[in-house]
This record gives sequence, structure tokens and C-alpha cells, in this order.
Amino acid sequence: MELLEHLGLGFATALTFTNLFYCLVGVFLGTLIGVLPGLGPTATIAMLLPITFTLPPVSALIMLAGIYYGSQYGGSTTAILVNLPGEASSVVTTLDGYQMALQGRAGVALATAAIGSFFAGTVSTLLLALFAPPLAEVALKFGPADYFSLMMLGLVASIVLARGSLLHALGMVTLGLLLGLVGTDVNSGMQRYTFDLPALADGIGFVTVAMGMFGLGEIIRNLENEENRSLIASKISSLWPTKEDWKRMIAPILRGTALGSAVGILPGSGAIMGAFAAYSLEKKVSKYSKEFGKGAIEGVAAPESANNAAAQTSFIPMLTLGIPSNPVMALMIGAMIIQGIQPGPLVVTEQPALFWGIITSMWIGNLFLLVLNLPLIGIWVRIIMVPYHLLYPAILVFCAIGVFSLNNTEFDVHLMALFGVIGYIFVKLDCEPAPMLLGFILGPMMEEYLRRALLLSRGDPMTFIQRPISATMLAIAALALVTVLLPAIRKTREEAFQGD
Amino acid sequence: MTIPIRNAKDFWAGLVYLAVGLAAIFLARDFGMGTATRMGPGYFPIVLGGVLALLGVASVVRSFVSKGEPIGTFVLKGMLLVCGGTVLFGALLRGAGLVIALIVLVIVSAYASTKFRLGTAIALAGGLTVACVLVFVKGLGIPMPLLGTWFGG
Repeated sequence: MELLEHLGLGFATALTFTNLFYCLVGVFLGTLIGVLPGLGPTATIAMLLPITFTLPPVSALIMLAGIYYGSQYGGSTTAILVNLPGEASSVVTTLDGYQMALQGRAGVALATAAIGSFFAGTVSTLLLALFAPPLAEVALKFGPADYFSLMMLGLVASIVLARGSLLHALGMVTLGLLLGLVGTDVNSGMQRYTFDLPALADGIGFVTVAMGMFGLGEIIRNLENEENRSLIASKISSLWPTKEDWKRMIAPILRGTALGSAVGILPGSGAIMGAFAAYSLEKKVSKYSKEFGKGAIEGVAAPESANNAAAQTSFIPMLTLGIPSNPVMALMIGAMIIQGIQPGPLVVTEQPALFWGIITSMWIGNLFLLVLNLPLIGIWVRIIMVPYHLLYPAILVFCAIGVFSLNNTEFDVHLMALFGVIGYIFVKLDCEPAPMLLGFILGPMMEEYLRRALLLSRGDPMTFIQRPISATMLAIAALALVTVLLPAIRKTREEAFQGD
Repeated sequence: MTIPIRNAKDFWAGLVYLAVGLAAIFLARDFGMGTATRMGPGYFPIVLGGVLALLGVASVVRSFVSKGEPIGTFVLKGMLLVCGGTVLFGALLRGAGLVIALIVLVIVSAYASTKFRLGTAIALAGGLTVACVLVFVKGLGIPMPLLGTWFGG
């Protein structure tokens, strides 16, 4: 039983006092920022990245991972109690969760979300343990052409799964790819788009862009409708679901977990898409579909399982291929590079303790979340009640200090402010920042692999079609793009996104 | 004859794509295209710039064809104060030092809120400054001067 051996190694790593401590810190922080509307995991992990310098690699990654999946738990609390998505991925939970709260069933809704999330977390941890090592083995055979096509598939997936207009998703990805090229070209040493500024010679920092667009941009957008944030938390009475509740939540949790796990692996998506897809599926197949929007327990169980499952399976492409499927994973890669670990298929074999430690820590973290969250609900409610006008200056302070400390330069602080403006303008134009960020990260890698692939094939572009792995990726990408453009599918896609 | 813009969001986003795409091509003109086998540093940027410019044209064209919602008002005050405060923080950090830079950042950005009260903002600035000095400078040892060069720090 190789798997048991691996999991044993993982538990041996994750169960040391230090790592348990950082796991706990991670899930606690994750829940905290998940509960707070207007502060997401991307901005938080970006802020904390400089701090992880001082930690051992395993502890740092365990903590950062905890923040991500912890925020999925926290987001549901706010959604259920005050009808605001604490996290983007819990938007759909507000629909039925808040209705349940109004009916005096807030406790049951919270418990359902926690149970669903825990089940999904357990299953997706197992999936990760089962599928990551064979995938990494396959990935070792990847040539430059295969990597290029894989990233192409990732970009196409992010375009297909982005909310809103396909054209703008495509535009934002291209914009991101271009932005990623700023800096010194690795092959020729030429300075590209640096305007002779020495600070740009190493390129624009990803954290700077992420904090500007997700941190500052979000703050400005939240200032738009400050008045609407009336926070009245519902009372919590009984936590324990009734027999009827249990019966009704099982199937949605199973379906949500399956769907979320599948969506999470796809590059360019992550937890938000998983939750949306699970909710619309449940609404279609459930025999209680008339109750949706009026406090159906299925409407909480399915999306909450799905977003947690997706958050965890999105680690699969990151850990096995070194390719980020969403901004949070890009930050995780950044954290690994800071620690001197080159992300990619070799991590499984060269850093087994790290690899299996992270995976098992996720299950432990989920257990922490299940055990800690419900008893601590009183604290979370108080935190939700912190008024936004006191909260956002604090977020801004952490962003400013965080981005400064990365390179000890005020240039990055100014650049972050600029990206705050850019991020806000794009949001106003309905252009999603997430695809742009993905393009930004993948841009330099794609150029590098494209050049290498063409060098190996002596300039013959057919290499992308002749190599089976590469051809398969491109075929899937083309298929995905064509399918979305079909009128019938396009219509359902638009319907699926109408939830927000 | 004027053609009405029916989707302002598409129109402006399209113009942004077009402008950035063309600028990218223009700035990359001397990078060197190279050949397909040995791609020069200009190849990828120029292709991307071209794609972006085309997407921009498509978006602008679409803005005349299909209808969309108006852009909605910008919170200019919020944008200027939040980003301006951040810029001030960067500008003041070395000269005036962390303490003053933080107080300026908190008070300037807090002013963006409709619920701004000077007293609360000062208290918040004080609390955050103490917390940040303890956590980031004393605790994590991030090299930021508490008092800057203007005060001989």
C-alpha cells in the first residue's frame, strides 16, 4: 500500500507541533478573512507572503493553504447570517442560507455548510493523494510543446469559465500576457517595456498587481455602496439538523463534492465556479426545486460542498505541473519559489515530506475547521459587525506595508496604487481581473516554452499537433471554445451566471 | 451622421484594448522579430499586441451593435483618496518615517468613507500604527525607519 505509506509520511510531517500550529493559524486566519466581506484570500495571502520568508517551507505552505480553504468555510457564515457573501464563492449560499436564517434555522444552515465542507474536504484530499502522484509522473514526460499547449488550455478554460462576456475575458487574458512580458527578456537580455526604469527590469511583481487589483480595487468598489451595508445578524438557536434535514442534504453534498472536485482541477476556475455550477445543477435535479430561494437546505449543502472541494482540488495542477489554476495558486507558487523550491512534477519525488505534508494538513485543517467553527460562532458574528469604514483603512495599511516589504522599495507601493485604479476601472467596464492575472502569470512561461518548442522543431509549428499530449490539450481547448460559442450552450452559460 | 454607442462598457473597454495593443506593437518595433526557429524578443509581444488590438476593434464594433447597461458613476473621491493615500505612504516612508506615513495613510483613506469622523480616524490611525510597529518592525524585523531621514532617523 504505497498510498498508506505516503499518507503516513504526510501525517508524520503535518502532525509535528510547529506544523499543527501553523495549520491552525492558517485556518483561523482563513475563516477570519472569509467572514469579513471585502477581504478575500488573494489579497490576504499576498499580504502574508513576505512573512512566510521566515518560516520553514512546509509550515509556510501549510499555513497559506489553510487560509484558502478556511476562507471557504468563513464565507458561508457571513452569507447565512447577514445575507452578504463573505467570499465571492459564497454568493449563491446567500440565496437559501439567509432565507433559512430568517426562518430561525441559521444554526442548521451553518451546521449543514460545515458538514458539507468537511465531507468535501475529506474526499478532495483523498483525490489529491490518489491522482497527484501519477499525474506528476506523466508530467515528467512533458516537452516544451506540451507545456505550452497545457497553458493554452488553462487560458482557454479561464476564458470559458469567466463570468460575463467572452470577448472581455479574452481581452483581459491577452492584456495580462502582455503585462507579464514587462522586464528583461531571459533569452536576449533585452529590456522590454521597462521605459528605462531600473525598478521594472525584473518585471512587475505579481503580488503588486494582485494586491492592487484585488485589494485596493475591491476597497474602492465597496465604497460605492457603503450605505447598503446594513448588518443585522440573525439569532442562532439549534445547530443540530433534524432527521429530515440529514436525509435531504446527503445527495446534494455528494453531487456538490463531485462537481466541485471536477471543476477545481480545471485551470482558470476555482471555488466560485464550482459553487455556481453545483447550485444550478441542484436546482435542476432536486425534487424540492420549488423551495430554492426560499430556504432549501439543498441550496446551502451543494454549493458549500462544491466550493470547498474545488478550493482543494485546484492544488492538483499547482503541485504536479507547477501551473497555477487561479490567482491564489499563483501566490502559492510564489511562496514556493521564495522558499527555493521549484514547483513542478519533481516536487513529488524530491520533496515528498513537503508534498504529502501539505496534503494531509488539508484534512487536519478541515477537521480543525469543523471542530472550531461552530463553537466560535459568537466571535465570528462580532467580527462581521466591525463596520467597513474602520476595516478598510486597516486592509490598506497591511497592503501597503506588505508590498513595500517584498523588495523594500516604495516603487512597488506606487505601482500597487496604480493597479488599484486600473482594477477599479476594469471592474466598472465589466472586465474581470482574474483572467488577466492568470495571463500575467503564464505570459513569460508561455513565451519561454513556445520559443523552446519551436527551437526543438526547427521552427515547424506542426510540433504542437504532432505530439500526442500537446495535440490532446489543444483539441480540448478548441472543443471548449467552440462549445461555448454554440448559441444553445451560450444561453445556459448566461443563465448559470445570473445568480449574482 | 452619428452612430450611437449602444454599449458604453464595450466601447471604452475596446478603446483600452486597442490603445494598449497598438502601443505594445509600437514599443516593440525595435525588439527584433527573429525567425520562427530562433524567435526574437519582439515576436511574442507583437503577436499579442496585434491580437489585443483586434479584440479592441471587435469590442468597439460590438458596442454599436448590441445594447448594454450604462457604466454607472465612478466613486472618484474614494478612488483618489484610497490610491492617493497609498502613494503618499510610499512617498513619506523614507523621509518622514513609518509612523507619520501610516497616520497619513489611515486618515486620508478613511476620509473616503461617508461615515468619516475625525476622532474615530485618529484613534484608528493611532491603534494601527502601534500594532504595525510592534508586529512588522519589532516582531518581523522588516527594515522600515520609525522616524525618517528628515528627522535624522
